[in-house]
Amino acid sequence: MTDAHLSPRHIPDRLQGRGARILKSWESLLLVVAIAIFLGNSLASPYFLDPWNLSDATFNFTEKAMIAFAMALVIISGEIDLSVASIIALASTAMGYAVQLGVDTPALVAIGLGVGLICGMVNGLLITGLGLPSIVVTIGTMSLFRGLSFIVLGDQAFTGYPKSFAWFGQGYVWWVFSFEFTLFVLLAVVYGVLLHKTNFGRAVYAIGNNQTAALFSGVRVARVKFILFLLTGLMAGLASICLTSRLGSTRPSIALGWELEVVTMVVLGGVNILGGSGTIPGVVLAALIMGMVTFGFGLLNVPGIVMSIFIGLLLISVIALPILWQRARRRLAH
Amino acid sequence: MMAKLLKNREILLVVAIVALVALIALRFPAFVTPASFARVYNDTSILIILALGQMAVILTRCIDLSMAANLALSGMVAAMLNTAFPGLPIPLVILVAMALGGLLGMVNGTLVWKLDIPPIVVTLGTLTIYRGLIFLLTDGKWINAHEMSDAFKGLPRLEIAGMPVLSWLSLLMIALMFLVMGRTPLGRAFYAVGGNPHAAVYTGIDVGRTRFFAYCLSGTLAGLSGYLWVSRYAVAYVDIAAGFELDIIAACVIGGISIAGGIGSVAGAVLGALFLGVIKNALPVINISPFAQMAISGTVIIIAVAVNARAEKRKGRVILRKAEAV
Amino acid sequence: MKPAVALEGISKSFPGVRALSDVSLALYPGSVTALVGENGAGKSTLVKILTGIYQPDAGVIRVVEEETTFPTALAAARAGVTAIHQETVLFDELSVAENIFLGHAPRNRFGFIDWKKLNADARALLHRAGADFDPTIRLRDLGIARKHLVAIARALSVDARVVIMDEPTAALSHKEIHELYALIERLKADGKAILFISHKFDEIFRIADRYTVFRDGTMVGEGLIADVSQDDLVRMMVGRAVGSVYPKKEVAIGEPVLTVSGYRHPTEFEDINFELRRGEILGFYGLVGAGRSEFMQSLIGITRPSAGAVKLDGQVRVIRSPAEAIRAGIVYVPEERGRQGAIIGMPIFQNVTLPSLSHTSRSGFLKLANEFALAREYTSRLDLRAASLDQDVGTLSGGNQQKVVIAKWLATRPKVIILDEPTKGIDIGSKAAVHAFMSELAAEGLSVIMVSSEIPEIMGMSDRVIVMREGRIAGRFERAELTAEKLVRAAAGIETQSNGRAA
Repeated sequence: MTDAHLSPRHIPDRLQGRGARILKSWESLLLVVAIAIFLGNSLASPYFLDPWNLSDATFNFTEKAMIAFAMALVIISGEIDLSVASIIALASTAMGYAVQLGVDTPALVAIGLGVGLICGMVNGLLITGLGLPSIVVTIGTMSLFRGLSFIVLGDQAFTGYPKSFAWFGQGYVWWVFSFEFTLFVLLAVVYGVLLHKTNFGRAVYAIGNNQTAALFSGVRVARVKFILFLLTGLMAGLASICLTSRLGSTRPSIALGWELEVVTMVVLGGVNILGGSGTIPGVVLAALIMGMVTFGFGLLNVPGIVMSIFIGLLLISVIALPILWQRARRRLAH
Repeated sequence: MMAKLLKNREILLVVAIVALVALIALRFPAFVTPASFARVYNDTSILIILALGQMAVILTRCIDLSMAANLALSGMVAAMLNTAFPGLPIPLVILVAMALGGLLGMVNGTLVWKLDIPPIVVTLGTLTIYRGLIFLLTDGKWINAHEMSDAFKGLPRLEIAGMPVLSWLSLLMIALMFLVMGRTPLGRAFYAVGGNPHAAVYTGIDVGRTRFFAYCLSGTLAGLSGYLWVSRYAVAYVDIAAGFELDIIAACVIGGISIAGGIGSVAGAVLGALFLGVIKNALPVINISPFAQMAISGTVIIIAVAVNARAEKRKGRVILRKAEAV
Repeated sequence: MKPAVALEGISKSFPGVRALSDVSLALYPGSVTALVGENGAGKSTLVKILTGIYQPDAGVIRVVEEETTFPTALAAARAGVTAIHQETVLFDELSVAENIFLGHAPRNRFGFIDWKKLNADARALLHRAGADFDPTIRLRDLGIARKHLVAIARALSVDARVVIMDEPTAALSHKEIHELYALIERLKADGKAILFISHKFDEIFRIADRYTVFRDGTMVGEGLIADVSQDDLVRMMVGRAVGSVYPKKEVAIGEPVLTVSGYRHPTEFEDINFELRRGEILGFYGLVGAGRSEFMQSLIGITRPSAGAVKLDGQVRVIRSPAEAIRAGIVYVPEERGRQGAIIGMPIFQNVTLPSLSHTSRSGFLKLANEFALAREYTSRLDLRAASLDQDVGTLSGGNQQKVVIAKWLATRPKVIILDEPTKGIDIGSKAAVHAFMSELAAEGLSVIMVSSEIPEIMGMSDRVIVMREGRIAGRFERAELTAEKLVRAAAGIETQSNGRAA
């Protein structure tokens, strides 16, 4: 009745061209913010534009961003994984333990990734197998995984990683491009393709928008979710390798509080915390923004905790502002 | 009868705690004395108070991740007030801490109510902001025991009728929460809003406003805990109680408070907190490294949520008449 | 006589939908007014305006001739308007007594809730509603019918001037319905004004004094029940004579495609046996909650039957998930369109292609051009009205959403399509389109199962009808022998009929 004025049998594929869609997107807004921060930083500090400085700056977001890509998929599917930082700790502890036994770099990498996968599998089984809410399960495994590190390490630390292992966190692939940054770019492409160009990605969106209808439509909901938790586990394992290699030591408090920063990065990137929407380019931009802000504040000698206030305010305001804007517009329309 | 009793979450939890204590008592009878129980209770008091606040919030289908940060900020302000004006009566300091905590809770509540931002995002944001504010206030400096007045530090330890004020305060809060949750329209509204928000609207309950009040409550209790924490441990700095927000949620989950809202009780929150408290206090006694505590509480959370989920699992629709029980 | 509550010139629009335009309704003390209209005619919007959930865009509400507004649900309740809702919107985890008194619980002199008085009052109210069970038990431990009685007791608990009953008998047994009638008579005697919403004409003529008919958001007639016939009401409701509505085609019915034998489930259904033939439309009739949807969902692997076998084209198939059902060629268009059918938040074309992605994609990678082609093919066959194919399906009207959902399933090229209440809550135009399309599909050799609770639809469209009651097959009828009376008798179990009632 309501759409009756629209002519039948002549429905265009899209009303807006690609350009208009991109222009109106959240990602464009983020891009503007990123450019503004970039310019602001270069004006505020003469050291900012130095390529090596910039390269150094990438280390403060690449590891988190790796996890954020997988986390974005998890959140789009309507779930959450708060245990990622603890997986980093457990994987790092496992690698540190192996080093004491004299294990060499390739096996260390396998252990790091393997522990990540196993942790992801535990989450996935609890959530999809038993049907438990992911927020509570991963709060539990968050304590469990880091708790295991504490049992192994107590107040001690593992050091003595082999020299070759240092390359993952400290090595450069070419010129100023570190291994971590290269990996970040590579993973951005992989996750971008996975989410936006494959049937799997479509299933993730479908589950996040309406899990029941997705199930009725033949989407294998449990399997998709299980894979997503495997992926976050794997990414946490990968981040653990990079971080451990960069720090050269393992303490049980490694990467403490990262889960919240990763979630912040994802939400800032425009992923709806309730699931159903969000993009990988958005997450990439959010990672760049958070990295540049941290770096810029660092150059200005602003302490890290002030930076976290800024991130907290950013998180709330990026969600609040569109809501307020919409309301104001509606009020004006009346 | 027995089966019915076992279905009751609170009783199940009491059984679990008794079993745990009995298990410890087998090897270490010294753990099971009234004095030891009183110590464990006193040690768990702050967690109990915080869990009560978190319970109200979770009942309304929200979550408050900022409680520990709120505690740290309110506690720091209380300590600063005390160092700046040592003569200020302690009850007044406590009131200020509670008022500040309540205010911080109102910020959360307003964002959830008026802007409809998902509670987890709001409190994730305010958690970092509140902690950052402590740094801005203090420049990262600590306030140590010798800077605080004796009255400030002494109150929680002061014994009345053989029990420290800290324990009395938590008992008072439990009693108050029993009253609020069971006997006031607001308390019942918490259940209604979480149990069925749509239906709550029909009964004339404002869902957003009810959530706002839940956050005010959790904030105020966090403020009170702020004073108690700082005075008990006689130190205030940016990172006190860091990560404690998860212990609070763990206590609630173990206490059978459903993260989906609408299910839970004061007794559950208290027992959940006590369960964690018993474990924490028992570990040194039974010679397990205190470092194991985190892993154990993680395991307990997972078991608790699995058990609760099983209990909550809806019976399928009964259509066939022969199977109809009612 | 002055109306207790009167609505005048009420209009209400939602983004893209005009739900009510310039409707009026007067409710008189001591009188039952039946509100009649098809699903989607605007009845529930009106109820929500009367109970303060929605605010009208235009129009006036008068309570005893005094102009007023109901800015909140509480304001409506204070003005004495109370509703017993279609789905018993109550609180499972709270006690029966609390469900009755939530929001207006009796307090003691300290301002605290007086549980003793609350429970005693609840017991008294339940008694008045014709129910004598313990008010301290939790609501979730009650069956649907008893929950409904709790809702009625809740309505009695406020000193109501106006009682709205939105399909109050849908879940009640025969005996309970008669108790409800007695209760309504008592309310009338107390001088309450009652708004009675029902699809069942026998009820309306049994209990109502006045009627008001809505169609497509407008009021098309009102008056005294005594002055109107059933046929008149139906004509006002649908806007034309009923007989001509159904575009049923004569189709040569072929060999059996689907054979179901011995399907049973511990609590939902048992002894389900039937055959579905090529080109056939098999109607499944029954009252709401007879187990039809539950059985259909077990056929496509949402739930598991405890026993039973399915043969498709002569081959035994085991279907454990909807994905397997789609591959086998059985698809199910669910009843709850918003929850189980459409994926609101995603564009039309992605909704249509979701179950067919394995065909439109290449080795797991999306091919948008194929998707648009498939979506266009099926949406245009269903005469979808939309601005573009990448529009969010949530911005469409109910009828057009239903077309998208049906298109989604047809695009998988199934052998058997199960349509569960395919025209529930959609406008007349879309309804006709769905019916026409259903006939066309059968003519093309597809086998159709149509679950419906609307007798005209069942009678108009089916080649054969199976009636279910309480999880069992209660009757089988060929098209030639169909009468409304037989269907109703079998569905309600009024009298054991000779033809094929399974034990």
